Amino acid sequence: MTTEQTRTHAIDMNSILRGRDLSPEQLEITIKIENLNLFYGQKQALHNINMDIPKRRVTAYIGPSGCGKSTLLRCINRMNDLVDSAKIDGKILLDNENIYDKSVNVASLRRRVGMVFQKPNPFPKSIFENVAYGLRIQGINDKRALDETVEEALRGAALWDEVKDRLNDNALGLSGGQQQRLVIARAIAIEPEVLLLDEPASALDPISTLKIEELINELKEKYTIVIVTHNMQQAARVSDFTAFMYMGELIEIGSTSQLFTNPKKKQTEDYITGRYG
Amino acid sequence: MDSINIGHHISEQFNKELEDIRNHVLTMGGLVEEQIENAIKAFTTSDVELAEQVIKQDNQIDALEIALDRECMQIMALRQPTAFDLRLLITVLRIINELERVGDMAEHVAKMTLHLANIEGNKGESYYEIQHIADLVKAMLHDALDAFARMTVEQVPAITSRDENVDREYASIIRQQITYMMEDPRNITRTINVLWAVRSLERIGDHVCNICEHLVYMIKGEDVRHVSREELERKVKGE
Repeated sequence: MTTEQTRTHAIDMNSILRGRDLSPEQLEITIKIENLNLFYGQKQALHNINMDIPKRRVTAYIGPSGCGKSTLLRCINRMNDLVDSAKIDGKILLDNENIYDKSVNVASLRRRVGMVFQKPNPFPKSIFENVAYGLRIQGINDKRALDETVEEALRGAALWDEVKDRLNDNALGLSGGQQQRLVIARAIAIEPEVLLLDEPASALDPISTLKIEELINELKEKYTIVIVTHNMQQAARVSDFTAFMYMGELIEIGSTSQLFTNPKKKQTEDYITGRYG
Repeated sequence: MDSINIGHHISEQFNKELEDIRNHVLTMGGLVEEQIENAIKAFTTSDVELAEQVIKQDNQIDALEIALDRECMQIMALRQPTAFDLRLLITVLRIINELERVGDMAEHVAKMTLHLANIEGNKGESYYEIQHIADLVKAMLHDALDAFARMTVEQVPAITSRDENVDREYASIIRQQITYMMEDPRNITRTINVLWAVRSLERIGDHVCNICEHLVYMIKGEDVRHVSREELERKVKGE
């Protein structure tokens, strides 16, 4: 083999070209949103949203305050059911099953679609019990099974090494970044398919933020992740696909690298470059 | 993405920084054009003084390249630009690199002027054989800089296709110079110096083509390096 041939073989062209024409259509789809409209009383908050969310990828929603990105995220595990004035039509298919179908059990839906909020909300219990909570509700009380799953979840959330010697301490004694990772551990302990993250790092310092971002990158190996963030650079760093929303409408969705270097719509361009339209 | 506008950022300061960068590129372009103009004049009329001035002034272009490099880097680090802003900065980094090379070509032509002047028995001969190719590449560079200033790419296919005329002219000068050498081997030293100068001018045409390709990336977001002419025209039209 000549030197030139060796060199050619050493370069993995696929890995270089990957991402070039990446589009949600070419991937397995976990969630399909179809003609979704949402009203808060008389006010329409979401206008005819149609999009696919690919499996085991990170999809980010960006857009100005009040554009409907959190509302849309909350539709995916029916959190808006808790808002009396909210009225929804359209479909959200999770593995081809409409989650708004009457036959769907909301509790089991939320077990499949976990959610993490902006402010970490651990229960005023021990670190161990926080993670074991969901499992106990499912009726798992075997100590060994709980020990194993709690450790696995804490490792999965990159928190194990920091808390393994104080699992019985109160979770409220952890730092903000640790609390947020604990909440993520609690969400993944029950092995959901989808993780919804609503501004998961906006209340954290830069180092904790980076840890969460690193964690998101690891979690996408196992879970489909949808994240809402105000921080555009964060969306650019962690996501594979980005959707830009404005005034309740989905303006543009594309691979993150395409959307941030060459957006197709002027509204997207104006928003991400910090221009007024 | 159609309407291209450097301004309209919420941050006025950012508008100003990008506007400054654009103006500095145009200043650099103007200086490079002046260098080519002078180098050609010096070469064709055997003006040794002017040639020396061209050689001396090349460091101004180098200094501008470094300054612009720093400005772009600064904005990238501090403002995390995206979309058109990002493409503008990347394009500027590429264009100033091409312009710096064009500046070197002008310097090279000036150096050949000095070599020719030092040939024994040279009595201030004129070398008008490079005039035509020089006019072609000067016009190409001028139009490319004009397209950058106006942030439009409609003219790009027309500019890059003119490089074929430059190549034809280059081939024709080579044939002509070979004839001189065959006529009288004493012409060889002179001819080789002329050929070096013509080669530099031909290279300027190639650099201008590169600048044009970078412009298409900046405005259309399409990478048109290493594509056919038809493909380039399609991308420019946004098809």
